[in-house]
Amino acid sequence: MLTTILRRALIAPLGAAMLMAASANFSVAQAQVTNAVVIKNFMFSPMSLTVKAGSTVTWKNLDDEPHTVVDDAGVFHSSALDRDDTYSFKFDKPGVYKIFCGIHPYMKATITVQ
Amino acid sequence: MSSDLPSNPSRRGALRCLAFGGAGTLFVLAGGVLAPVDLALAASEKSALAVSDIPLFLQISDTHIGFKQEANPDVAGTLKQTIDYVNAMPIKPALTIHTGDITHLSKPEQFDQAAQLLSGLNITELHTVPGEHDVTDGGAEYFSRFGKASNNKGYYSFDHNGVHFIALVNVMHFKPNGLGGLGDDQLAWLQADLKGRSSSTPIVVFAHMPMWTIYQPWGWGTGDADQAMSYLKRFGSVTVLNGHIHQIVSKVEGNVTFHTARSTAYPQPTAGNGPGPLPLKVPSDQLTKMLGVTSVNIMHDPLSATISDATLA
Repeated sequence: MLTTILRRALIAPLGAAMLMAASANFSVAQAQVTNAVVIKNFMFSPMSLTVKAGSTVTWKNLDDEPHTVVDDAGVFHSSALDRDDTYSFKFDKPGVYKIFCGIHPYMKATITVQ
Repeated sequence: MSSDLPSNPSRRGALRCLAFGGAGTLFVLAGGVLAPVDLALAASEKSALAVSDIPLFLQISDTHIGFKQEANPDVAGTLKQTIDYVNAMPIKPALTIHTGDITHLSKPEQFDQAAQLLSGLNITELHTVPGEHDVTDGGAEYFSRFGKASNNKGYYSFDHNGVHFIALVNVMHFKPNGLGGLGDDQLAWLQADLKGRSSSTPIVVFAHMPMWTIYQPWGWGTGDADQAMSYLKRFGSVTVLNGHIHQIVSKVEGNVTFHTARSTAYPQPTAGNGPGPLPLKVPSDQLTKMLGVTSVNIMHDPLSATISDATLA
């Protein structure tokens, strides 16, 4: 009797967790389609991206070498991203943001916020 | 065997040998000509070559503690191997310089692990300069640990055995094209530091990034290094040491010898070979042949510098 109750108690939160995980995956996947920048072979890709104000852009480093995401005007600065690390920034103000890697400053990109 | 040694080594010959400068080659700088000499030969004919077997100091570089990718999943292990090699040297060098990229990601725990490993070095003095991997947080962690020697400037100088050592920082003011930079404050400090010093004083300059442009597209150089080198031109013996590119490249210009050291962590491709200076994956039995440590000896009379690179295998 006791075991049955315990099992039920475990199943319910597990189901909820799975649902949450699924929805989290979905939103990440969606973000990757629209506002994702990958860093690979010492390049930001895409090198220019246009998003709407209020959007969050996520950078993911796929190189074995760390990179950083730095805004030229000093609005934001990621820490060093190891391979597969990500960094996100929410762009509230419209404008053109010049981005570079603080470790390899010749790596450049722009984010245009409308 | 001595017949193998060119009696009047040409610069071209020296440069040709430099291209193959691998394990067990000793570079002897005499009269502005850098001549590579087989180590075994140097050992057997020390007196003839006036090569002392007492290294004045050691250079360790690019330990990248915290790196854990395929190119070397055990950078702590290869640093330990390096330290064991140094501790087993028959005569202890007086001091060690670390030319930066102590850590991979500037994380406190990476600095802690590096300090713990380096404390195993059987040498009393350790002098450092930061690499760009050490200051990705703006320098907070590096300076909290190593800033004292320089009033938190990072650059400083000291004297040892009549040799003037100058530590420069070229990873805090990058040029837009990706080259390293020293900045006006540091250049002014360097000029003042050298003022009034006798030109016969042997000078050793050490920094993380190369002080001459090896390959601009990958940022392998220092944008305002020429200014610094102009202050150093009048000195009779200048040895400029750096790391950053994880392989040996040398150049001699007048009385100035430029030399980059190997990493203790992982090799990098030769200039322009690939999309960027990514960690180079090599077969595991090849890795320790591409990692190592540099020993340097400076002699006063006649003024000369010897640079010797050893690999871990």
